[in-house]
Amino acid sequence: MSDREPSRMRPSMALLRKDLLLERRAPEAVPAMLLFSVTTFVLFHFGLGRDTVSGQLAAGVLTVTILFAAILGINRLFVAEQEEGGFDGVLLAPIDRTALFVAKAAALFLFLALVEAVTVAAFAILLLGPSLWPALPGLLVVLALLDLALAVVGALVSALAIRTRARDLIVPIVALPMLTPALIAAARAAAPLLNAHGAGALPTKWLAVLGLYDLVFGLLAYAVFDFLLED
Amino acid sequence: MYGKGLRALSLATFAAVTATFALVFFYAPLDADQGFIQKIFYVHVPVAIVTLCAYVVGAIFAALHLRTRDRKWDLRSYVVIHIALIYNILGLLTGSIWAKASWGHWWVWDEPTLVSFLIVFLLFATYQPLRFSIEDPERQARYASVFAIMAGAFVPLNFVAVRAATAFVHPRVFATSSGGLPGSMAFVFVCALMAIALLFALLCSYEIAAKQTKWKLRALRRRLLGADAVAPLGRSAAPALGEPGRRAPSAGGRASHPAEAAS
Repeated sequence: MSDREPSRMRPSMALLRKDLLLERRAPEAVPAMLLFSVTTFVLFHFGLGRDTVSGQLAAGVLTVTILFAAILGINRLFVAEQEEGGFDGVLLAPIDRTALFVAKAAALFLFLALVEAVTVAAFAILLLGPSLWPALPGLLVVLALLDLALAVVGALVSALAIRTRARDLIVPIVALPMLTPALIAAARAAAPLLNAHGAGALPTKWLAVLGLYDLVFGLLAYAVFDFLLED
Repeated sequence: MYGKGLRALSLATFAAVTATFALVFFYAPLDADQGFIQKIFYVHVPVAIVTLCAYVVGAIFAALHLRTRDRKWDLRSYVVIHIALIYNILGLLTGSIWAKASWGHWWVWDEPTLVSFLIVFLLFATYQPLRFSIEDPERQARYASVFAIMAGAFVPLNFVAVRAATAFVHPRVFATSSGGLPGSMAFVFVCALMAIALLFALLCSYEIAAKQTKWKLRALRRRLLGADAVAPLGRSAAPALGEPGRRAPSAGGRASHPAEAAS
């Protein structure tokens, strides 16, 4: 196992490194997602007419913003492959096609983590009523599970939509309903953490639902991704 | 010949639906709480159950399509999801009417079944646009199958999440304090479920037979009048088997290839 594992993961790692390098040399998705989320907080401030939010409202604003920002990233995820012939490269290379899925999901996960590092801080400064610090450990767990859901479903939906005519229309209309259970679970799990009167306990029920979602869709997306890359 | 057994199925469905409606109106007792409006239960609940089962069946057909590469499974998956979408709208409408009559509102957010039904509808409503935006029929079938499998798995997961998120206020006809549906109601309900399921199967058979007949007719016209006499099909969300100029189905799909059946 130990000597086979690196060779199986190496194509994914190479593809992931390529994506991270591209994003570092010509930042595209991450800055857009960042600006989008901060702008959305400003919009929420005016739309809700509130200076601070807490509890379920805060959890909802944060998770919905992250979800919408993720849609931007999902839209861009396979653009380089589509425009520069990366799909052909992967098909010609003697590697498993799901390596591309693993690499793209990992890249999206890392982008989201990077965006959230700034977004959550901006949220705490701009909108959040109670202090962020007591909620932070629990929030990190919830966001990690939410990012995983966004990454696996996002990578699959992005690959599904990239070669359709109405690419940027297909991504949100498919991804948003499909991610609804993950959003429900994440928003409910984060709500007690952001309570106005100190952070409550992390609700394990919602973490379990989120974990189940990640597991089911992760395995399923891993199994069916092959069929999206055949021609 | 297509549509074998369609007449028998039609007659059986007609008899089942008529008998069920007669039972609902003349045999089933009036609900003590809700009165006459409770009778919508015999339409709404079977429609909802059949819809959700059909989505899962559509996912299974899609998986069979990816496994065997036989395009007839894509056609079946498409038709089942298509009719299930219509049932889904019907379920939403009847649910909404029942909600208005029971609670005084057309829409109730703390009603998990109705809410998950809406989310499932929103997801499956993208099935047709997705198909429509892919022109190559082979890729259209493949991508649609991938989507159908993901969406089929989504149905039970979504129910878990939404149900956990809401309080129970659904009119629990099944679990009353006396320990469930009275016998006569349960009997009528089972009849209604069977009638609605039969109707679903009938609509699917009709759509499949109509599509196959259309393709066969086009193939025959092409043979008789020449390829130019038959106008090409435009872009469509529906699967198109055996159309020239569009990629032929793979070897597994030969059995259901109308152009070959005609030649």
